[in-house]
Amino acid sequence: MTNRIQQLFKQKENNILSVFITAGYPTVEALPEILKALQSNGVDMVEIGMPFSDPTADGPVIQHSNTIAINNGMTIKLLFEQLKDIRKDIHIPLVLMGYINPALQFGFDNFLASAKDCGIDGVIIPDLPMYEYEHIYGNLFKKHDLQNIFLITPQTSNERIQKIDQISNSFIYVVSTHAITGANIDLEAQQVAYFDRIKTLNLRNPTVIGFGIKDKDTLAFAHKNANGAIIGSAFVKVLENRQNISETVADFIQQLQ
Amino acid sequence: MEKFKVDKHGYYGKFGGAYIPEMLHKNIEELQNKYLDIIYAPAFQKEFHQLLKDYVGRPTPLYFAKRLSEKYATNIFLKREDLCHTGAHKVNNTIGQILLAQKLGKKRIIAETGAGQHGVATATVCALMNLPCVVYMGEVDIARQAPNVQRMKMLGAEVRPATSGSKTLKDATNEAMRDWIAHPEDTHYIIGSVVGPHPFPDMVARFQSIISEEIRWQLKEQTGSELPNYVIACVGGGSNAAGAFYHFLDDETVQLIAVEAAGEGIHSGKSAATTALGKPGVLHSSKTLFMQTDDGQVVEPHSISAGLDYPGIGPIHAHLFDVGRAKFLSATDEQALDAVLELSRLEGIIPALESAHAFAILSEIGVKKDDTVVINLSGRGDKDLDTYLKRIAL
Repeated sequence: MTNRIQQLFKQKENNILSVFITAGYPTVEALPEILKALQSNGVDMVEIGMPFSDPTADGPVIQHSNTIAINNGMTIKLLFEQLKDIRKDIHIPLVLMGYINPALQFGFDNFLASAKDCGIDGVIIPDLPMYEYEHIYGNLFKKHDLQNIFLITPQTSNERIQKIDQISNSFIYVVSTHAITGANIDLEAQQVAYFDRIKTLNLRNPTVIGFGIKDKDTLAFAHKNANGAIIGSAFVKVLENRQNISETVADFIQQLQ
Repeated sequence: MEKFKVDKHGYYGKFGGAYIPEMLHKNIEELQNKYLDIIYAPAFQKEFHQLLKDYVGRPTPLYFAKRLSEKYATNIFLKREDLCHTGAHKVNNTIGQILLAQKLGKKRIIAETGAGQHGVATATVCALMNLPCVVYMGEVDIARQAPNVQRMKMLGAEVRPATSGSKTLKDATNEAMRDWIAHPEDTHYIIGSVVGPHPFPDMVARFQSIISEEIRWQLKEQTGSELPNYVIACVGGGSNAAGAFYHFLDDETVQLIAVEAAGEGIHSGKSAATTALGKPGVLHSSKTLFMQTDDGQVVEPHSISAGLDYPGIGPIHAHLFDVGRAKFLSATDEQALDAVLELSRLEGIIPALESAHAFAILSEIGVKKDDTVVINLSGRGDKDLDTYLKRIAL
């Protein structure tokens, strides 16, 4: 059976727009409304961040949103409660993204089972490396028919990218630079060679560029070089202290067109 | 060191591993593949031991503490790591890692620090080798360990405050990881304890194992036997304990005692007693025991001692605890302060707050008259004078 992510890339192929949002931020109950607003403004896919106290691969904006979300009382358990009926309204692919420890404490098997029950399509765990995936957790992903999405970076060798391509079945998350999320970087100057290198590998999975995508120009550049792009920190930043979520989301997505 | 040795994937039993984001894969893989070949190359060993001798001042003495022994009616030897250059055992590791960084062709060094001892030890070797150095330190620790901040600056290092979370060692470690992710090509991250992704815990333990290597022959010289009945060390992340235990791990007649910081009491809500309060999980890229909520969020620890103010322990210690090879005890802030004054008055040695925890449990372990007890005196107390003057009635 094809999953929602595969269907999306089959139907649209290019210019995929994915947006990241931290669950429980800016308010504990904001997520369902944000998801609806993103979908109705034409966003193709959403990554839902599961907050962690020590997000070492994220920059200050997302870390701050994690702190607020935890203080708001967001937990994996509560997140699954909020997502329980989400598929009544949301038909775009949904991906959970978060660090491994909270999922381990929830019980990894149970975590994947609950995610599947809610209609989650894939999971990104930045601190779950390939070795541990292959030897410990991979079978659980298979058991629950969920996609694990791997990251690649400018330092990832061709051989390793090809291996990741072999064990992936949705898309590959292309980290645009040596950076943590929210980094302010000149994408165009540094990254063309890296993106070209990826293109020459003729991967079977589509690629989505993340990190440093924040406006119309960086989005267009990412779309030129991959099947899609992920906006994280820039969106998280505009949501802080906003009362009217649907208006904020509409404005943000509009200025990307 | 066979039974307790790390396996090739970096696991000690069920603890360890390398739970790193892909951004660090190349660096970690390079270290994993090369660290043993690099550090056991004869030229490296020669340079390392030469620097330990001439620069650090090794071997550090194993001192029979007569008056302390009388008080506890046993035979207590102090491993004087407090006499190392820079004032603590931390420099054993930074000497090793700076030589390794040079072999890897790295041009910039970063480190995290709690009490500032590892930061000072890193700033020191960076000055020695003429490499730029950035040390991340929690804002809280910057305030309570001011002399060490000034020392790092004197040595030419930049001290960057970690302002998130509890603003202590764990947050400084997060910031250093972020820096490494942003600068993977030119930078080596000198982790100061037996924590982090494989191979750091094993590498740091090997560099610190000089401590127990020396204890064995020094004890033989002084008592006729290489083996004591007890080796006692304090544990934050656990580098001095790993070094003091290392060459005794397979001699199971030697009781290994690790002393954690209980803060204001194990169940006071202000503690850093990991084995009493922690659960298995993944922190700072390895599977280990650490203090966390039911939801898997890291709990902010507390100890009067910045060097022990860490929510977890290294995976080697989680394993030693798990299989019962080491016994884990804890001492409160107050008990540690009492031990500081006791050692100062009985032996004329002012210990670091961290090290004082190891002395604070002496009356709890049931030592006998003929026992030989080795305590790793991991650092000196100069950096803690402010705290001592505030907290100890003189």
